[in-house]
Amino acid sequence: MAERVNSAWSPSSRELERQKSRREIKRKQALIAIFSSVLVLGTLAVVLVTSPGWESVKKTFFDVGYGQEILPLVAKGLWINLQLTFIGGAAIGAIALGLALLRTTKSPTLTPFRFLATAYVDIFRGAPLILIILLVGFGVPALGLSGVSNNVIFLGTVAVVLTYSAYVAEVIRSGILSIHPSQRAAARSLGLTSGQTMRFVVLPQAIRRVVPPLLNDFVSLLKDTGLVSILGVTDAVRAAQINASRTFNYTPYVVAAILFLLITIPMTRYTDRAIRKRTDAQNSEGAI
Amino acid sequence: MTNVLELSHIRKSFGAELVIEDLSLVVPEHSATVLIGASGSGKSTLLRCINLLETIDDGEIRLDGQEISDPKINFDEVRRKLGMVFQSFNLFPHKTVLENITLSPIKVHGKSRDEANEQALQLLNRFGLADKADQYPDRLSGGQQQRVAIIRSLAVNPRLLLLDEVTSALDPVLVNEVLSAVRELKSDGMTMVLATHEMGFATQVADEVCFLESGRVLERGSAQEVLHNPQNPKTQEFLKRVHQAGRL
Repeated sequence: MAERVNSAWSPSSRELERQKSRREIKRKQALIAIFSSVLVLGTLAVVLVTSPGWESVKKTFFDVGYGQEILPLVAKGLWINLQLTFIGGAAIGAIALGLALLRTTKSPTLTPFRFLATAYVDIFRGAPLILIILLVGFGVPALGLSGVSNNVIFLGTVAVVLTYSAYVAEVIRSGILSIHPSQRAAARSLGLTSGQTMRFVVLPQAIRRVVPPLLNDFVSLLKDTGLVSILGVTDAVRAAQINASRTFNYTPYVVAAILFLLITIPMTRYTDRAIRKRTDAQNSEGAI
Repeated sequence: MTNVLELSHIRKSFGAELVIEDLSLVVPEHSATVLIGASGSGKSTLLRCINLLETIDDGEIRLDGQEISDPKINFDEVRRKLGMVFQSFNLFPHKTVLENITLSPIKVHGKSRDEANEQALQLLNRFGLADKADQYPDRLSGGQQQRVAIIRSLAVNPRLLLLDEVTSALDPVLVNEVLSAVRELKSDGMTMVLATHEMGFATQVADEVCFLESGRVLERGSAQEVLHNPQNPKTQEFLKRVHQAGRL
């Protein structure tokens, strides 16, 4: 099919009129939006700043000088959170993929592993993360096993990986199940074994489909690494807590929150965009 | 002439619903057997049974004399000898046209990538799709997608090709480009079993036409006999309705 060229065309006078009207309407709408924004946000700001408690709120939560002073300490703690997120994230991805494959396999040899994977997912998806962190972080050292690290960062990571593997396994499994059976039928009728069908046909499509929800889980993971602070790991949350309880000024918490937000907001924006792209692509698949 | 496929007394039900009953069929080498009948008459199910995508409840399926309805045989090995083209194309959306075609030759038949690509390009060229090799399926029209699906099933040199209403998802203009591809296969001597609603096309390619109703062959014979001089009142009724729909 030859592409048709759209160059030798100039709009009619009626179309020019319409374009002018559209521009006018747009300009009017923009003015209204600016006016209403200034009015509402301005009022809120004025109310906030002039309220009687504002001075003490500012001093307790938004002490800029103090904030700058403890920023390096909290940022150093955040580095721990980031390391935990990336190292843990890699481990989670690998374990979750294994669990998802085990849960969807029909191989008779793997039957016991299928049961085990199901039990694992049920347990770690159902139990609160903080309990798992306490159990692993304090319980494992109490066993006094030789050869098992008592490093709290390591144990904290293990606890987070245990729980998140279960979450992510379910996301991947739902992706695998969402691939239409006709794809499998087509692959099998080409002579591909069930393993080859999974590897070359089902999984590549499934992973693509679950990337947006996985990004969501990644953001949650970063935030939840803050929970390992209860083990005494000096991450961003713990660093802030130490300083806040020393001075009874809560600016460190706000600093920690801002640092987390600086990372998570761009990530969630990116995730939203990925989801939208995915939805658009799916919607366009309907047309032949 | 040797028989590629022999079906004897096939029975298949889904739960309480009996879909195929005591169906027997012989497909000689280089012949085309066309299955006609209303939707739900068992045509698609029969093709899926031959391809071992469904398990039959009774009867026997033989491919080149070997019983393939035996649960002890290797299904993957049997499917290597069969090609199947689906009503809804079922191309792999994450793979290019070329990758769709070469997947099985490379992974199943152990061909080198170069060898598989060369063969795929030859086939694409032959069916007028050489310029689409690097496109993804969603950039292609339905007719082009279905021709790619046909090429994909040919790339493994099947002993028998099964075509399941390959034009039913296409608009009338695109139907013909797919049908002429099938006609070309027929003139190559490809052995095939087709389910179709295109009676004109059936007349052109069929060596035998079987009219199915409720999972049984009510009438069989040459296209001339079954389509133009049907004896069974149900066949007559069906063809009358097809005729009224303007498809004959």
